[in-house]
Amino acid sequence: MFEAFRTIVSRDLLLAMRRRSDVLTTLFFFVIVVSLFPLGIGPELDTLRLIAPGVFWVAALLASMLALEKLFFVDYQDGALEQMLLAPQPLSILVLGKVLAHWLVTGLPLVLLSPLLGLQYDLPGDTIITMMITLLVGTPALSLIGAIGAALTLGLRGGGVLVSLLVLPLYIPVLIFGAGAVEAEASGLGGAGHLSMLGAILLLSILAAPLATSAALRISAE
Amino acid sequence: MVNIYKFASPATFYPVAGKIARVSTWIAVLLLAVGLYMSFFVAPTDYKQGEGYRIIFIHVPAAWMSMFIYVVMAFWAGVGLVFNTRLSSMMAQALAPTGAIMTFIALWTGAFWGKPMWGAWWVWDARLTSELILFFLYIGFIALQGAIDDTRRADRAGAVLLLVGVVNIPIIYFSVKWWNTLHQGASVSIKNGSAMSTIMLQTMLIMTFAFWAYSIAVALYRVRSIILEREKDARWVSELPEIRR
Repeated sequence: MFEAFRTIVSRDLLLAMRRRSDVLTTLFFFVIVVSLFPLGIGPELDTLRLIAPGVFWVAALLASMLALEKLFFVDYQDGALEQMLLAPQPLSILVLGKVLAHWLVTGLPLVLLSPLLGLQYDLPGDTIITMMITLLVGTPALSLIGAIGAALTLGLRGGGVLVSLLVLPLYIPVLIFGAGAVEAEASGLGGAGHLSMLGAILLLSILAAPLATSAALRISAE
Repeated sequence: MVNIYKFASPATFYPVAGKIARVSTWIAVLLLAVGLYMSFFVAPTDYKQGEGYRIIFIHVPAAWMSMFIYVVMAFWAGVGLVFNTRLSSMMAQALAPTGAIMTFIALWTGAFWGKPMWGAWWVWDARLTSELILFFLYIGFIALQGAIDDTRRADRAGAVLLLVGVVNIPIIYFSVKWWNTLHQGASVSIKNGSAMSTIMLQTMLIMTFAFWAYSIAVALYRVRSIILEREKDARWVSELPEIRR
């Protein structure tokens, strides 16, 4: 079972490395969205420092949602998904592997790049570190929850817009606790409580989301 | 004892649904007439909020129904997924527009209530925000059902979405609540007339039952249409008096 999990992860990573532009698209989407806000709001650093946590988190939400379409679609088209459905290993393990690979490709780069963008918003060092931690805990939860939506809308016309309608309301708790932790830390309240809630959401979604995703995949690929 | 499994078949449920829907319509009309009369003429004017408070006789029942209908939908979706009964999924689908309308009414009347009371059409109160998110969840379910042509897939995909949503609703509600209280102390509270007089409470309960009866009636009429649409090739449909006519 663990063997299958590892195979799926390394296969998806290899495929992603062969098509690097897909990876970079998500990353640059995040960078562009974050850079657009100062242009719209104005360059005052005091304002920017105030809105930075929200901006970063909303941008991460949108970037993660945008990347969802590719999560199962290629496998669905070339028939690999059907083989996974037929595989003797539990489907939820394979789904978990796919989501992990997807997060490594689309989520982790955002986390690693966020300090650089944080400097653009003139955030102090401590806040940047908190933000990196919240993104590190929160973005996997986004990928896991989003996978349910991606599986439900697999192969539908207008799937991209539909996914956002399904998934964004479910992302709200992650957004609240993610941005809340950064804000609380920046204002000196301490973000440990928020961070614990974020961790709880991550654990719950690791447990439950793969099951729901595999149920949705079986329905969609029927 | 009545065999409830008999009514899991669309053919036997169709006439029963018609009967219940007719009765519920009458109950709804009756209760609405009584409830509206009481809310406008019998219930006293609130000493703090004036006449404007009367909007809660619409607002509160709508908000209750909006949450209740989502849970009922999730229940039918779960039944449909587990027992693979077609009718349960049809019920979930039939309830969705009514639930969305109730959520919309609750938001709309809430805005009307908020303007004179709080001085703003909208505040980011925990209840308002979670009601708005509930509205998004309804819209997502309806959009997903609409996007899938194959009814079997639409039913089951919608069911998974509803069950995921129902697990999420408490999480969303509490996260919004904590978010709100952490931002600022609640400057407004819906409960500022918590010692509600008996007549107001009675009126509100009558209105709630009226909304309930209305939801049952509309959902059953809608499920009858869905049954006819999906079973249009079945023999029993072509033998119905209203079809043959």
